Amino acid sequence: MKNFKNTKSRVPTISTASLPDIVFMLLFFFMTVTTIKNNTLLVDNNLPNADQIKRLAKKDRVIEIFVGEPSPELAEVLGSEPKIQLDNKLANVIDIAPYVLSELAKKPEAIRNLVTVSLKVDKDVNVGIVSDIKQELRKVNVLKVNYTTYEGDAFTNMK
Amino acid sequence: MARKHEMPEVNAGSMADIAFLLLIFFLVTATIQTDVGLDRKLPPKDTTPPLPIHERNLFRISLNKNNELMVEDNVMEIQDLKSAAIAFLDNGGAVVGDKNYCNYCLGNRDTNGSDNPNKAIISFNSDRAAAYGAYVLVQNELTAAYNELRDRESRRLYATEFLEMERTYFDPKTASETKLELRAKISRIRNMYPMKLSEAQTNMKL
Repeated sequence: MKNFKNTKSRVPTISTASLPDIVFMLLFFFMTVTTIKNNTLLVDNNLPNADQIKRLAKKDRVIEIFVGEPSPELAEVLGSEPKIQLDNKLANVIDIAPYVLSELAKKPEAIRNLVTVSLKVDKDVNVGIVSDIKQELRKVNVLKVNYTTYEGDAFTNMK
Repeated sequence: MARKHEMPEVNAGSMADIAFLLLIFFLVTATIQTDVGLDRKLPPKDTTPPLPIHERNLFRISLNKNNELMVEDNVMEIQDLKSAAIAFLDNGGAVVGDKNYCNYCLGNRDTNGSDNPNKAIISFNSDRAAAYGAYVLVQNELTAAYNELRDRESRRLYATEFLEMERTYFDPKTASETKLELRAKISRIRNMYPMKLSEAQTNMKL
């Protein structure tokens, strides 16, 4: 009964001991649902929407090709004509075949014929450049492509 | 000395700070996975000489540079494309007794439409100046048409959704016996409505 007077006047403190647990939980959530970006985008990449989608196979079976207008800083130098990005540099249509072949050579032999090319193309780009890319892919006999999109209502592409 | 019996306490007060730091790092460096899309298979380079295809088995779609759609000989809104494609694919125009007769088609059985879903080819041409967004939209609607027909047959034959079957099939957790069984079902339905989508040049025989 000696301390009774003291405790009465104290403001009850909120226990923060479980705060780390909550934060760790959030941390693990983000660690599992995210993928680390392994290349910086040099082109605008606002993908179109689609709803009849399929999930892309494992990351190691995918070769990515980005197409879009150069990002605003680069557009001052390069103009706003759509560009192709392979890995971390901008390229032309003729560079696609050698790039795809060299990427393919890096993969283990067992999965080489399962490789899909993921075309990450900005929705405002013209179809012409995409069909040029597809012709190049046909030349090197890499035939599985995926028009990578966001999940959503496809009719929003027209606005 | 009462102290001696107490366990020394680790101060956990800064744990939250460390965790926050990590959390912010992951938030900044990571993007949520967007790896979904429409799968297509390109035709191989060395194609056999062009095959004569009967005009009634061909469904011509073209997209012009203003993102307007022309289907067969008429201008069409993209909203109507899916139902038009379904009507074409599911037509089943071949008569009873013909080798191309389609016994599961529910279409109009119009003699000017496709004979059989196996024969029906959708030909999609796009202007080079059309927007990629519109192109993907058309591809999406055509996929939706095929999926709807496949789904209908899958419900009729196996009482399950077609996409659900595919999802289970590609799920790594599914047992291999189930996979074999599903594989047979999926390929049967795919053969009923094979996806024949061509982007090649087609010459009209006038």
